[in-house]
Amino acid sequence: MKNDLLFDFTVDKTIKTVFINREFAAELPLVWDAFTKPEILDQWVAPKPWTARTKYMNFEVGGRRFYAMVSPEGQEHWSIQEYTSITPKTNFKMLNAFADKDENPELPGSDWDYNFSEQNGITKVSITIYNESLTRLEKMIEMGFKEGFTMSVDNLEKLLETLSQKQ
Amino acid sequence: MEIRRDIFQAIADPTRRAIIGLIALQAMTPNAIAEHFQNSRQAISKHLRILTECELVKQEYRGREIYYSLEIEKMKEIDKWLEQYRKIWEIRFNQLDNVLSTIKKNEK
Repeated sequence: MKNDLLFDFTVDKTIKTVFINREFAAELPLVWDAFTKPEILDQWVAPKPWTARTKYMNFEVGGRRFYAMVSPEGQEHWSIQEYTSITPKTNFKMLNAFADKDENPELPGSDWDYNFSEQNGITKVSITIYNESLTRLEKMIEMGFKEGFTMSVDNLEKLLETLSQKQ
Repeated sequence: MEIRRDIFQAIADPTRRAIIGLIALQAMTPNAIAEHFQNSRQAISKHLRILTECELVKQEYRGREIYYSLEIEKMKEIDKWLEQYRKIWEIRFNQLDNVLSTIKKNEK
């Protein structure tokens, strides 16, 4: 571990839900922005060497984000997110579904619930992901894990390690 | 009717997870396992049956006693699946850590 920031990850297959908790060494407004502004989201949501490309994002209730995860070979995997509830700097909820390049969603999708809280300059983000179908959850994993990706994970870890030591 | 069992069903129940934790350390008889729980002996037997059907535990006869132990290879299947998904988030969040610290630096 490079720091003592909380990271826990649990999956309860019976209720088809993934629970993720993570702390960040930054104040709440910044972390909130990192999860709700496309220009920041695109910098981190795609596990390298994949990249994220948001075509548009209207962060408001009923608004949508249409974005792609792009493979190193340039292959695009599109998704649509629709925001169902927003309490600024505290909570937001959305529906997420895979889509084709013409914005046709592939249902069922998953329900996401994000909670944000700050204590002493450390911001905790709690994410609950409910998947109507487990197959979909498995597909989410597959997508991020084409062969090349798994191989690059270790390299990336080393890189991150080096970067964090320099700080 | 045959109920399909898989490893994820096996680990979905907290008592079964606790049983897995116990027999991971050493092979145990159903009685010895039951002593660790408030649940009835029957309830523990039922959990052991499910774990066996999911092929997550194996039975071994020693004299007149049955010992239950963990199928390590099967446990690895769960690990592999979860570990991949966990890994994606770990990488993602590490990337976010770097993005956050870059933004903070630029603000100063």
